[in-house]
Amino acid sequence: MTRSMMRLTGFLRKEFLQIRRDPSSIALALVMPVVLLLVFGYGVSFDAKDVPVAVVLEETGPSAREVAARFEASPYFKAVIVHSMDEASELVRRQDVDAIVRLRSDFDRRLASGSAPVQLVVNGVDANQARLVEVYARGVIGAWAEHRRRRGDPVAEPPIVLEPRIWFNDAVRSTDFLVPGLLTLVMTLIGVLLTALVIAREWERGTMEAILATPLRTREFLLGKLLPYFLLGMGGMALSVALGIVLFGVPLRGSFAVLAVTSALFLLASLGLGLFLSAQLRGQFVAAQAGTLAGFLPALFLSGLLFDLDSTPRVIQFVSHVVPARYFVAISQTVFLAGDVWSVVLPNSLALAGIAILLLLLTRMRIGSRLDT
Amino acid sequence: MTRLDPEPPEAALAASAPNLLALREVSKSFGPAGRGGTIALRDATLSCRAGEILGLVGPDGAGKTTLVRLAAGLLAPTRGSIVVLGLDSVKDAAEVRGRIGYMPQRFGLYEDLTVRENLRLYADLQGVPPSTRAEREPRLLRMAGLGRFQDRLAGRLSGGMKQKLGLACALVKAPELLLLDEPTVGVDPVSRRELWQIIAELVERDDIGVLLSTSYLDEAERCHRIEVMLRGEIVASGSPASFRERLAQHVFETRPRSQREARRLQAHLLDRDGIADATIRSGRVRLVVPGSGAADVGRAIEGFDTSSAVATSPRFEDAFMCLVSERLAPPPRIDTDAAEPLGTEVVPSRGPESRAGEPRASDATERAAKVRVKGVVKRFGDFVAVRNITFEVGPGEIFGLLGPNGAGKTTMFRMMCGLLPVTSGTIDIAGHDLRRSPSRARARIGYMAQRFSLYGTLGVEENLRFFGRAYGLRGRVLEARLERALASYELLPRRDTPAGELPLGYKQRLAMAAALLHEPEILFLDEPTSGVDPLARREFWRRIGAVAESGVTVVVTTHFMEEAEYCDRMIVMAQGAMMAAGTPEDIRERARSPENPDPSIEDAFIALAESAARESGLRAQRSEADA
Repeated sequence: MTRSMMRLTGFLRKEFLQIRRDPSSIALALVMPVVLLLVFGYGVSFDAKDVPVAVVLEETGPSAREVAARFEASPYFKAVIVHSMDEASELVRRQDVDAIVRLRSDFDRRLASGSAPVQLVVNGVDANQARLVEVYARGVIGAWAEHRRRRGDPVAEPPIVLEPRIWFNDAVRSTDFLVPGLLTLVMTLIGVLLTALVIAREWERGTMEAILATPLRTREFLLGKLLPYFLLGMGGMALSVALGIVLFGVPLRGSFAVLAVTSALFLLASLGLGLFLSAQLRGQFVAAQAGTLAGFLPALFLSGLLFDLDSTPRVIQFVSHVVPARYFVAISQTVFLAGDVWSVVLPNSLALAGIAILLLLLTRMRIGSRLDT
Repeated sequence: MTRLDPEPPEAALAASAPNLLALREVSKSFGPAGRGGTIALRDATLSCRAGEILGLVGPDGAGKTTLVRLAAGLLAPTRGSIVVLGLDSVKDAAEVRGRIGYMPQRFGLYEDLTVRENLRLYADLQGVPPSTRAEREPRLLRMAGLGRFQDRLAGRLSGGMKQKLGLACALVKAPELLLLDEPTVGVDPVSRRELWQIIAELVERDDIGVLLSTSYLDEAERCHRIEVMLRGEIVASGSPASFRERLAQHVFETRPRSQREARRLQAHLLDRDGIADATIRSGRVRLVVPGSGAADVGRAIEGFDTSSAVATSPRFEDAFMCLVSERLAPPPRIDTDAAEPLGTEVVPSRGPESRAGEPRASDATERAAKVRVKGVVKRFGDFVAVRNITFEVGPGEIFGLLGPNGAGKTTMFRMMCGLLPVTSGTIDIAGHDLRRSPSRARARIGYMAQRFSLYGTLGVEENLRFFGRAYGLRGRVLEARLERALASYELLPRRDTPAGELPLGYKQRLAMAAALLHEPEILFLDEPTSGVDPLARREFWRRIGAVAESGVTVVVTTHFMEEAEYCDRMIVMAQGAMMAAGTPEDIRERARSPENPDPSIEDAFIALAESAARESGLRAQRSEADA
């Protein structure tokens, strides 16, 4: 065994012993993801059910009635049939309904001639709700058009072009795109918190000075700190994926291997952020606080998990490029719901690898080999 | 720098040995150069040879730790060069680190790893081959006396055992140069003595060089050579003998009639010009007069009830105090009169003569005891922390609780302050049973905790005001006492400084002023001088003496054995039991033998501790480690 290997294995043995003696990091890696996934997975849902909607039937042709009936039958809507736009507007103002679906008096006639616009008016106060309602409405109308086509009735063009998200999430279940996002959130938090304490602890307990005075190289120190927590983190990741598939029934359309490799990259970036904060701040308490803030909040708000990044201001979009979660949200949603789409997986993986390498290099510089570096 | 000649014989011998460490005009500053930065070390030049123990001696903040860290390559010098084992300490750091042993002040042990696991980790990090290990590890464990505790977590070892394990870890690779930063700080005397034996053996057998820093002046005598550091500079160097020789015929001793008289004489001498130091050792007052001789000493002790002064052999400590008084501003005069109004309303008579005939406080029978401890036992589950302790403290006495870490003195102390309930037995404080009327008893005590319990962001005055209010003082009384405390503790120039930014000595004064603001009858001090350098400790004990002189009863714990000399009476505890009680003279008597006709308190303590350990054998060692 070379000296370097001896040092590394000795240091690793010490880290594993410490993890075993203080199982809080095991709990953090394996119990917390399960708890968080359960809480978030069941507690947060973007699905809107029984959205009150006014369907304005300005004429009573068979096609218009069919559409109205579909809205009435949809589990997402609670339709009220009215006969004039004024009545419908009044309902919106009284907040009795959140949207209006208007079928004009010439609906049947124009349908026969090829294009029949359906006017959709959505109360935009709650932007998220509004977008959902829009999506659901398109879904209902799309399903109706599909039904007509199969029946052989003439439909020149589907009146509405479907959104990509509905292609991949044909059940229109928000859980399916939420769970991969949550996975990202949970793994960010765990990755950062697992390592945020480990270098700070050595500083606080005064062992860093003794370690620095031994021939242990900085790269060996870093590897010794990274490897155990990487394994723990991957364990937590596997557990979360299993939970997502088994409990929440999220499909995994891509390959397991791609998910594993990209998860590893993402975890390295998160662990790297934790290590960097730990080396920089040298205090366990501050590092843990900073880790929670720097890991969790950007992952929540700037990753595209809650808010569509395309609709945020340009500055925010720019800032979001430094958030590793952003790339993994894109990868995991794609791999879970669409498959191994290389045009998504490759650039995002590259970005993750870049961030991970940068953070680890910064950490290495920050640790240095002396007390005054 | 003072070079003391002639070179002592051991240093001359060492001159032929290879030079292991050489610092040449090394300076180290932290922070931005010039404004705002601090210079921790200035133009230090020194060398350490094989077979030599080189001691760095100086008060806190003198730059000792910085120097040791520079030698270990943990800091890069701002200026100058450091050559370790023929290598550059910064450029060749990796190679240097494989050949030196370094023990930082906090040992560098992993508390959640066992003794053996710690040792194995450092053996791995140092790349010790398995063949060497099989022979070396058991030897180190034996040497450190840890053979039986191999599977114990390091965090559950006693302070002394931790320190020995730390040393074993630093020695795992058989270093050529050993660097130890304050290896004995906060460790009991028995462990200190053992550690020094280990180091001496190593140097003799393996011919290694040792650089160690210490603030214990008696330890300096055991070094081959000493570098005295003050304020980041090396101000003198030489062998302990060369330091001592310079003061021949300048150190005198006199034996006052009583302990109290000794304290008064010491305080009087410390304030006199031309006297570099005055201490109480083995019941005698030692005084150092670098510029004068016997005649002046005779004049200085005139009017005190004491024997005539005779010249005695100097110690390194005397020389050190001379250097300090030459270079640093003199410590503040501590005025007994100024301290008095804080303690009692009665204005006592002043001057050395008038007190001489008064009854001594140790005649406890003459006045009611202020603290009465009867048959006190404290159990934590199965563990007996305090076994059947009985003693009394008279008014105006300075009473010491001595013992190594884990002896039960802190537990005893907390029970006396009403912070812990007793399991059985009674404690009376100023006539009040602590169990029946705890709040009345507590109103009569002042308590200064080990870490001072000050509010770091509050100013000096605000801290005092807070503690005054907490004890129910207000209005004019509070204001008057505040002003008096600020003046007599010399805190006026810093009255608005946040307590957290005060130098340690000031913090200590502030904490004491706060504890005395409500004019308690009894002052409890828990390890008040722990981690404080020799200068600040001297000043603090003078204040304690002044407080006792004003009639306040003082109960104090300490692990500095020489400080026991400042107490009127004391008990010595080990493993929860009382090993001895009495005046310093009584305690010293326990260790008197033909080989050691004039033992120190520390000698007595070690003799007591060893006989107790022999008696209880294995059990004793275990419970020490448990503590």
